[in-house]
Amino acid sequence: MTAGTFATRWNRLSSEWKTFAWMVGVFLLAYYLPLSNPKVTAAIQEAFRLLQWYARNHTLACVVPALFIAGAVITFLSQASVMRYLGPNSNKLTAYSVASVSGGILAVCSCSVLPVFAGIYRLGAGLGPASAFLYSGPAINILAIFLTARVLGFSIGLWRAIGAVAFAFVIGLLMATIFRREEGERVAAQAALPEPEAPKRPLWKTTIFFVCLVAFLVFSDWYNPGDVVVRTASGGQFAAVALQETRDDMTFQLKEDWAGHRSGEKVTLAKKDLAGIQEAKTWVIAVYHARWYLAGLMGLAVLLMTWRWMDRAEVGQWMRNTWDFTKLLVPLLFGGVFVVGFISALIPETYVASLVGDNSLKSNLVASVVGAFWYFATLTEIPICEALGKLGMAPGPMLALLLAGPAVSLPNMLVLRSVMGTKKMLVFTGLVIVMATITGMIYGALR
Amino acid sequence: MQLTVIGPGCARCKALAQFVEQAAKELGLQYELIKVTDLKQIMALGVMMTPALAINGTVKVVGKVPSVAELKTLLSQAAEAEKAGK
Repeated sequence: MTAGTFATRWNRLSSEWKTFAWMVGVFLLAYYLPLSNPKVTAAIQEAFRLLQWYARNHTLACVVPALFIAGAVITFLSQASVMRYLGPNSNKLTAYSVASVSGGILAVCSCSVLPVFAGIYRLGAGLGPASAFLYSGPAINILAIFLTARVLGFSIGLWRAIGAVAFAFVIGLLMATIFRREEGERVAAQAALPEPEAPKRPLWKTTIFFVCLVAFLVFSDWYNPGDVVVRTASGGQFAAVALQETRDDMTFQLKEDWAGHRSGEKVTLAKKDLAGIQEAKTWVIAVYHARWYLAGLMGLAVLLMTWRWMDRAEVGQWMRNTWDFTKLLVPLLFGGVFVVGFISALIPETYVASLVGDNSLKSNLVASVVGAFWYFATLTEIPICEALGKLGMAPGPMLALLLAGPAVSLPNMLVLRSVMGTKKMLVFTGLVIVMATITGMIYGALR
Repeated sequence: MQLTVIGPGCARCKALAQFVEQAAKELGLQYELIKVTDLKQIMALGVMMTPALAINGTVKVVGKVPSVAELKTLLSQAAEAEKAGK
């Protein structure tokens, strides 16, 4: 038996065991699930409710287009050309800058982060740029940015991307400075950089294609901020953000002081006390009402460009890459949403609030440390943060968790240790925790 | 012919392995498929981006999954080089 067939056979055997383990797990769950406990039934309901919310609000407008963009990124953008800037002979400043932002192209899925990290460290530009990439990569992949902005709000999505890039630079420099004496140990192997491919189309075509693709997602994703001017039955008037509507009353967040309430406070008013609610006339809301036309226009433009500029093999590859991401990420995301819904219903609110309920140093540190050690399956950090937010987590710690979470976890610390040694791994983890804490505190203070 | 698929076992690496096998079978080649999944070994082969493919120990594809047609071209080139070498 050759090594090859043996390896295939072993893979097949272990995958059968995996299937069996899954079956046993589901069986045990079904057998022991305490359905008579009202808390458990409520949790199951909450799990389905959250799943439905994702299915109705985030799937078609956000996850699906984002998967197509992710597929397009690895099909139409040359990742090899980015890697050239991270090669062994590249200029240091360029290497740091490119490493901090290239996650958007190189880390389309978090599974590719570690190999690329190891590649930059051992074969390419070295420890500093590699650490920068490792910190920012998972946070600025396209799917993560859009889903964060969509689910958790625009400002935290933006901060996640910008914070990750800015602090990646700092972490990279610090790592390189701390370990400047040990920079020599490289693998002797010649880096096998792929030969530069002749671009299939001029850059402007690729650029317009991606602009339209992203614009499609931005418009279809456009969010109504709910800015309204409320007139009350008693003749008063105030500007606010509509938060929630039930059968009998509505909750607003005030945008100006009104009737003894301060700006920013949440007030709930009975509907019978309201004389009228008018949408504020801002461009954001104007775009919101036209979003389907704008998205449709962009969608048509993308279709037209695909038809005129791309050859069929490329389009096939794009669809295949998109499908690969879908198979990889969708079960993780929706499974994650379901599990998060179930568990979050069982966690007492006071417990979360007491740990991470404010923007203090302690809350941010707790969020960073938990995020650093806990393993988040790709993208599940987002529903987790959303659930924790509902349970009372403050925005600062949430950002800290989003930054520290996907950058390191216990399982990938083990891989990092094997690539760069225990000491560097520990220092890197420490820096991630410190940086995430600081970013969280700044964000929390600004909010 | 020795075909090495290099990558930590992500979906794209599996796709590459599958395509390589298909290409080799369609060409009727005698081949041995090896998978390298350990990061250290991947580095030792000089691969910065996965998935990658080495034919008879030389890295030919880095960081992408070529189509079966492209792989067939690569494999038949390598097969000819092998013949010429003997």
